[in-house]
Amino acid sequence: MRLPAGQRNSDPLGTSWPQRPSPAVWFIAPALALIGLFFLLPVAGALLLSFTDFDLYALGDLSNLRFVGWRNYRLLFQDPLFWTALKNTLYFVLVGGPLSVGFSLGAALLVNHRLVRCKGLFRTVFFLPVVTTLVAVAVVWRYLYHPRYGLLNYGLGLFGVAPIDWLGDPDWAMPAIILMAVWKNFGFNMIIFIAGLQNIPVHLYEAAAIDGAGPWRQFRSVTLPMLTPTFLFVAIITLIGYFQLFAEPYVMTQGGPANSTLSIVLLMYQEGFRWWNMGYASAVAFVLFAIILAATLIQLRRRRD
Amino acid sequence: MGAGQVLKMGWILLVFCLLGCRGDSAATVVVEFWAMGREGEVAPQLLPEFERRHPGVRVKVQQIPWGAAHEKLLTAYAGDAMPDIFQLGNTWIPEFVALRAVEPLDAWIAGSPDFDLEDYFPGILATNVIAGGLYGAPWYVDTRLLFYRRDLLARAGYDQPPDSWDEWLTAMARLKAQAGADRYAILLPMNEWQLPVILALQRGAELLKDDSRYGNFRSPEFRRAFAFYLALFRQGLAPAVGETQIANLYQEFASAYFSLYISGPWNIGEFTRRLPPAVQDQWSTAPMPGPDARHPGVSLAGGASLAIYRGSPRKPEAWQLLAYLSEPAQQLAFYRLTGDLPARRTAWREGALADMPPTRAFWTQLQALAATPRIPEWERITSKIAQYAEAAIRGALTVDEALAALDRDVDGILEKRRWLLGKSR
Repeated sequence: MRLPAGQRNSDPLGTSWPQRPSPAVWFIAPALALIGLFFLLPVAGALLLSFTDFDLYALGDLSNLRFVGWRNYRLLFQDPLFWTALKNTLYFVLVGGPLSVGFSLGAALLVNHRLVRCKGLFRTVFFLPVVTTLVAVAVVWRYLYHPRYGLLNYGLGLFGVAPIDWLGDPDWAMPAIILMAVWKNFGFNMIIFIAGLQNIPVHLYEAAAIDGAGPWRQFRSVTLPMLTPTFLFVAIITLIGYFQLFAEPYVMTQGGPANSTLSIVLLMYQEGFRWWNMGYASAVAFVLFAIILAATLIQLRRRRD
Repeated sequence: MGAGQVLKMGWILLVFCLLGCRGDSAATVVVEFWAMGREGEVAPQLLPEFERRHPGVRVKVQQIPWGAAHEKLLTAYAGDAMPDIFQLGNTWIPEFVALRAVEPLDAWIAGSPDFDLEDYFPGILATNVIAGGLYGAPWYVDTRLLFYRRDLLARAGYDQPPDSWDEWLTAMARLKAQAGADRYAILLPMNEWQLPVILALQRGAELLKDDSRYGNFRSPEFRRAFAFYLALFRQGLAPAVGETQIANLYQEFASAYFSLYISGPWNIGEFTRRLPPAVQDQWSTAPMPGPDARHPGVSLAGGASLAIYRGSPRKPEAWQLLAYLSEPAQQLAFYRLTGDLPARRTAWREGALADMPPTRAFWTQLQALAATPRIPEWERITSKIAQYAEAAIRGALTVDEALAALDRDVDGILEKRRWLLGKSR
């Protein structure tokens, strides 16, 4: 039904656009414009691209571009390399993620303990890997991982463990990447956990102590429940970050040996910038987006229940 | 990003623009030249003479690491930031020609009587020719052949390196028996595509069929070569290791971890520099063994060329630089700096390279070259060959499964090419 002009803006729920935009619009407009220009627009462009076969030939001459519908996605799901990459990425997320969160929680509890002196120093030391350039870290870790001259194998050798070819053996390359990634990243989550821990009122512990709860019981019944929101935040941020595994294998192994450290983002990078199959690479990006979205929603749902 | 930051960036941009707008007062032309790895490192040492001869031209050399060179060139093309002249691995030429990024050189050469194309190795020059046009001038050449330990081979009863596949196999079996369980006859990094392809080319395999529309890896020739290659690992003649697993190639070669190695000219310099004195006069090079009586067997026509960006506003100066770097004297100077073998035969003669042991074998091998398909997709196909060769060596796939999968993937890669060829007909 067409409303007369005067009535159009007077619906009782106030859901329609006001006649004059509120001043708030002007405050958010610059940021919105930037997000639109540098984020939404490229995302929409990439979505379009994922339905084309944009490649070297199209880069040279746009008339060689074809709209191919869902073909990139269909090919992607038939590509054994994609499934390898997905498997590797899930391996990294499912093993590396909990390990990283657990490790940061442990470090946070230790650093935050009242008996610890020089808290600031330990916090800084544990946070250092986070701010160190990954490439520099990778160079050092490659020495540590060296099968014959590396410190790690030397240490294991003292316990009689035969040398492990960390980055050359398909079975060990991913654990090696996980170990390095956990070491590199746990400091960030640790800081967040420390903030969470410091927000727990002391009187809760005092009350628990009066009720006769020991340290373990206090941890289970006071610390953990009070940390739930922090946990949720850390878990989701870690999940999203770990799904986007790229720099570690890119610098350390280039996806090898035998594609055992090829992650989805690395596959996307190789398709996009090595072979210039931008259409296919965009499809990979959107599939990864869908996977991360689904994993995040599951995580949120699980916490809410 | 907050609005404040944007404002700050705006100021920075403005300052940069103002700095950029300050034109050079003298009328010097700055030619941008991209060269990779070691070549990029030493290129500036060749340039003072060029700049003396061409007072109005300055050359800015940008060194690009080899591992990132391909991506950087493609991104530069997409971002309209190409250098005026650049080094281009000769297997990449078809790609950049398909992009229309490379200037055809025929007209430039016709205008420069000193530029003698006859002087180049024909097998190498051919890799620069796409659909009848010449798109690059070979800068240095590169092929693969046999590096061997003379002492170990002599102990196994050979005073000459093997000529044929049969002799090669027997020699490797003896070398392996002599070396023991934890040492090997030959080292072949299993994530490389080159050797299976060389062996197949020696067998006369046609790698792609129907004007490079489809993969042809299940052909009997390729299959036999591939099986021969796999057998080297299955029989324990070569260790199943990748490139990253070999900690120090030179140490391993010196300690007789392997006796034979298939590699290129860059290792002449490395071996001379890095092998301990005791082994220094015990290694040598030999042309590839052939599958039958014909010797040597063919090898790959590799190397890098110099190419000019089609959209460059400084093409005449870029051509001057290209012609200068192609002079035999400069080629020889370049060889002395890098060990990269000259592309012009005059330079070989002037440097007496064909007479001395480590380079002599290359001289012979460079006369027996076979070209790989000159299509933009080739680079990508090689990565598939390496992938499936490695899977087959690790035992994840049988020969037939690996080759069928390879054909399937390659057909997928070539789909666009088939469409383009169909369209233009």
